[in-house]
Amino acid sequence: MIPTKEELQKALEQRYGAALYRRIAEAAVAVCGLGGLGSHIAMALARAGVGRLILVDYDRVEAGNLHRQLYTAEQVGWLKTEALAEVLKAAAPYLAIEKHALRLTAQNLEPLSGAGIICEAFDCPEAKAMLVNQVAERWPEKYLISGSGMAGLGSANSIRTRRITPRFYLCGDGVSEGGSGMGLVSSRVMLCAAHQAHAALRILAGEFDV
Amino acid sequence: MVRINGEWQDLAGKSLAAFLAESAYDLGRIAVERNGEIIPKSRYAETVLEEGDAVEIVGFVGGG
Repeated sequence: MIPTKEELQKALEQRYGAALYRRIAEAAVAVCGLGGLGSHIAMALARAGVGRLILVDYDRVEAGNLHRQLYTAEQVGWLKTEALAEVLKAAAPYLAIEKHALRLTAQNLEPLSGAGIICEAFDCPEAKAMLVNQVAERWPEKYLISGSGMAGLGSANSIRTRRITPRFYLCGDGVSEGGSGMGLVSSRVMLCAAHQAHAALRILAGEFDV
Repeated sequence: MVRINGEWQDLAGKSLAAFLAESAYDLGRIAVERNGEIIPKSRYAETVLEEGDAVEIVGFVGGG
């Protein structure tokens, strides 16, 4: 028997107070890319009570994803949008989820239009740069939180959040690239994901400094 | 003088596009911030660097 919507709402309201609870519950956040960063960003936001998540990824879960992404072994082969929605719903059953199984390009960004905050969580550096440039051009009023540099076993303390412009935050160490050395390590990717999710929650709380 | 990633350079009067073309930056992997604002790629050519500008070129690396 899962808790009722009212029970879960009450538990969060007691933590946040009614005003902050409402700001978080009424927020819509987009997560672009549902790999090691995006899957953990989405879960942190879902548990924190964000009301609506817009999930975007064209890819399917692979065996080689399980070491750092939030999926279960039985979900290998599923679309990440479907797999993540199921995992999120198990923790936050009343969360509203929009699923977009597509590869975002400069030509099809419309699914992001309803989000006040966009989390960039792609793997590919060109896709990261595309999204940052396109959001700045089309929606300068939106907050954008990007991740760059979180591979390897480098110090956890070198992962940080920078505020590049009033509405563009950049998390990571800025330099540790995936695809070389030992690649992406779950704990360090999760650190960066936590920075990104935390930046989103702070923005919702009206705390804009880093 | 214009400050690029913390380093002062003699670039006032030059367009952002011209500066980037002569640099080693991979245009497909960067975002450019000037004085607290992201300059979208479509505006590189028309953006002229001015005396005292502070510019940060954010280079993205893979992994996510």
